[in-house]
Parts: sequence; C-alpha cells; structure tokens
Amino acid sequence: MRLLPCTLNLKLMTEFLQQLGQNTRTSFTKLGRGSFFLLQTLSGTLSVLIRPRLLLNQMYSVGVLSFLIITISGLFVGMVLGLQGYYVLSDFGAEETLGVMVAASLVRELGPVVSALLFAGRAGSALTAEIGLMKATEQLSGMEMMAVDPIKRIITPRFLAGFLSMPLLAALFSAIGVIGGQMVGSGLLGVDDGAYWSQMQANMDFRDDILNGVIKSIVFGFVTSWIALFEGYDAIPTSEGVSRATTRTVVNSAFSILGLDFILTVFMFGDN
Amino acid sequence: MDNSAIPQNSLVSVQNLSFSRGNKKIFDDISLEFERGKITAIMGPSGTGKTTLLKLIGGQLFPAQGTITVDGNNVHRLRRTELYNLRKRMGMLFQSGALLTDMSVFDNVAFPLREHTHLPESMIRTLVLMKLQAVGLRGARKLMPNELSGGMARRIALARAIALDPMMIMYDEPFTGQDPISKGALVHLIKSLNTILGLTSIVVSHDVHETAAIADYIYVISEGKVVGQGTPKEIEQSESEWVQQFMTGAADGPAHFHYPAKDYVDDLLSTGKRY
Repeated sequence: MRLLPCTLNLKLMTEFLQQLGQNTRTSFTKLGRGSFFLLQTLSGTLSVLIRPRLLLNQMYSVGVLSFLIITISGLFVGMVLGLQGYYVLSDFGAEETLGVMVAASLVRELGPVVSALLFAGRAGSALTAEIGLMKATEQLSGMEMMAVDPIKRIITPRFLAGFLSMPLLAALFSAIGVIGGQMVGSGLLGVDDGAYWSQMQANMDFRDDILNGVIKSIVFGFVTSWIALFEGYDAIPTSEGVSRATTRTVVNSAFSILGLDFILTVFMFGDN
Repeated sequence: MDNSAIPQNSLVSVQNLSFSRGNKKIFDDISLEFERGKITAIMGPSGTGKTTLLKLIGGQLFPAQGTITVDGNNVHRLRRTELYNLRKRMGMLFQSGALLTDMSVFDNVAFPLREHTHLPESMIRTLVLMKLQAVGLRGARKLMPNELSGGMARRIALARAIALDPMMIMYDEPFTGQDPISKGALVHLIKSLNTILGLTSIVVSHDVHETAAIADYIYVISEGKVVGQGTPKEIEQSESEWVQQFMTGAADGPAHFHYPAKDYVDDLLSTGKRY
C-alpha cells in the first residue's frame, strides 16, 4: 500500500512524457511538411512569372480587395496617434515634433504590424478557406489527375500575390496614417502645419526608418501567406477541418507577426 | 522490369497489390487486368477502397507492395514529368465532379487544353464546343458550377476528362446520387464514348444494374480481396454466396448486417460504462 502513491506518480510522469514526446513529434513533422510545401511553392515562381495573368488575378483578390480595410484602419490609427501624441508632447511643450512621432510609430511599427494583422484576418483566412475547400471538393486532386500541378497553378500565384501586396498595403497604411495624424494634429489641435511636415522630413531616415519598415512588412507578408496557404493545403478535408484551419491561420499568423516583430526590432533598432 | 506476366491486350495491369491505411488493410495482394477498348467494372460495398484503387492507378497514392502498369509504364517508378505526361492520357471522373468552382463550364472544359496545349483560342472554342456537344450540354457553357445539377456537373466533368482525347477514363462512382434519368444518360454516355472514342474505361461503382448493363468484365472486391470476377452473365450466375448477396442486395449473408460487436445481451446488461 505504501508504494501506491509512488507508482501513481510514476504513471502520471510517464504519461506526461509520452504526451510531450508525441506533441513535439507532431509539431516537428508539421514544420517539416510546411517547409517542404514552401520549397515546392517557391519552385513554381518561374512558371508563374511566365503567366503574369495568374499573379495579377490573385493580386486583385488578395491586395486590391484589402484596400478599404487598410485605408480606413490606417486613417483611424493615425488620428488616434495624433491625439495621444499631442497630449503627451504638449506636456513638454514639444508638440511641434508630433509629425516625427506619428510617422516613426507608423513606419517602424504600426504600419507593418497592424496591416499584417489585418491582412491575416482579411486575406489569410480567405486563402485558407479557399484552398481547404478546394481540397475538400477534390479540386486539387482533380487538377493533379489532369496533370496540372496544383501547387504551381494555385498556390504559388497566391503566395507571390500575398508576399508582394503586403509591403504595398503597409506603405498605404502608413501614408494614410500620417495624413490622419496631420488632420487631427494641425487641423483640430492647432499644431503648426509646417512644423508637422518639416520636423518629420528632418528626423525620419530613409534607411533606418522606412527601409526597415519595408523589410518588416516583406517578412510578415511572406510568413502570413505561407501560414495561410499551408494551413489550407494541410487542412483535414471536412467542414470542421477547414474551419479549424482558418482559425489556426489567424492565430498562428498573429503570433508569428508579433514574435517576429520583436526579433526584427531588436536587430534593426537594438544598437541605438 | 518483368513485363512477361502482363497479358498482351491489357492497358492497365495491377499485380499483387497491397495497400493499407493505418492498421486497416485496404488491398491484400490483389491482381486485376483491364483490357484495351473494354469497360471493366470494379464493384463492391462502400468502404472497400474502390476510389483508393483509382488513386493508386493514377499515381496519387503509393502501394505498400505490388506494381501497377499503365500502357507499359510502372506508374510508381516514373519520374514526376513522366507521370504527368502519362496522366495527360488518363482521364478521371471524380465522384463530386471536381469542377473548378471559380470558372464557368466553358473555362472548366477548356482548362486542360489551355494548360497543356498552345492552341489558339478559336481552336480551343471549337474543341470545347465539340466536347460539350458530346455530353449534350453545349447550351450550358455559360453557367457556373454552382448553377449545375449533380448530373450536369458530372457530365461537364466528363467533357473535361475527354478534352485531351485520353486513352482511358476512370469513373469514380458515376451513378451515385443520380436520379434515374441522369443515371440513364450517364450509362449511355459511358458506353457510347467507349465505343466511339475507342477508350478503355474503368468504372468503380456499387450500382449493380447500371454497371452490369455496360461492363464487359466485372471484378467484385470485398475486404481487400477479389471475391468474384467474370462477364456480367458469369457474375450473375456466380455460386459465391458473397457475390450473390451483393448482386441481390440481401441485408444479411456473408457480409454481416452488424458491425462486429460483443454479445448483445451482455452489452446491454453491463451497466456503469458510458459507452
């Protein structure tokens, strides 16, 4: 009898280790499948570039159709930044530097990050659901039987479209945000218009600020499109499977965007 | 590779094939021959892996053992480009039709032509209209897949499958879920396409009457084994109890009505368990 708690503990421990091992294995297998999928996708790049029409169609549905949500969100984020920035800066009598604050926050952080989060919710989830349903309705398998590689024909154009649209959408987001900040700052709160623009011009650096922001959005576009397409392609082909895959796309994209943002920021801005 | 065991006249030859999914053995060392120019049917209850067999022949799945030869090529030894070239000569009709939902009927049928040939649009139009005429749906070319009935979708998919003039077509449950008129139309189409285009057809189905009406040769599969084979007449007169049960549709027989379970009374009396 005295041995009982000990054996029970041992059993729990073994179960825990088993579970841990299994989960680790599943995750790594998935990562492996994902990497292989990415390689296959990238290997189709040339065949898509020969037929730019495929890419243009996808750029329309992934990029152009995300225009509205990006513009409106950019405007509001910029306006809020204008307000909040003014309250803080005016305490120090530094409201002339509002332009710098708004532009730096947008170009370095909020532009790439928020537009990537919106992009994952708007375009990423749509991609996952589309690919997942194509799999569930045997369209991918049918294409394979017609000797058409579904990765090259379906996945690669969507991947490239997402990857190329993201920096453009982030740039749009930041630009509209800066205008939003100006509208609130100089239009509503009375910051000098000339100071807003000239301070921004003087203190923003092309390489340090703008280029780094663009690099961030390229990375986010790459990761988000990859996750969205892989989750769709890897989805269990049932309605429940597709719905779970769509959820995973949004959740995993958000985590990856925020995590990568931290890492990239450390490397880009860590030394000053 | 040793081709000597393959009969001269067979286009597709499956030899000693084994395939499992998880712990379940789907095929256990089966051998099948599909003759050129004939309609060969694979029959058997649902869940016997009939669709799996077509995917194995198409090279989408890999067998655990055995070889599948299509027109002299060992499907699973081919390089990717060779496999794709072979697939251009194989048509497959999926159970759901598998039409691309973002394209019209016309574009769906034109899809393989546009992907694999460099024909001018005017020629593609002529070809597509000819294929659609063959399945009787030339008038439906502007519709989108979601506007089609199940039977129409399957006929469009058939037009797409013959777009590249393949040497063979595999039909996955062509009659399932069709009304009698659509069934009749499909039976007629499969038979006439086979004769007119000189195709080799493989029909996977559990619809006994429709299939027996058009097939030249029938294999009956159950639990991974071939339990009966022969011409439709021979199958009808088969002495195998199993084949008889399948052909007549008796509820109980060698294939049991009940899923394997422990004794009924014991099961009811064992209280305290959730399941």
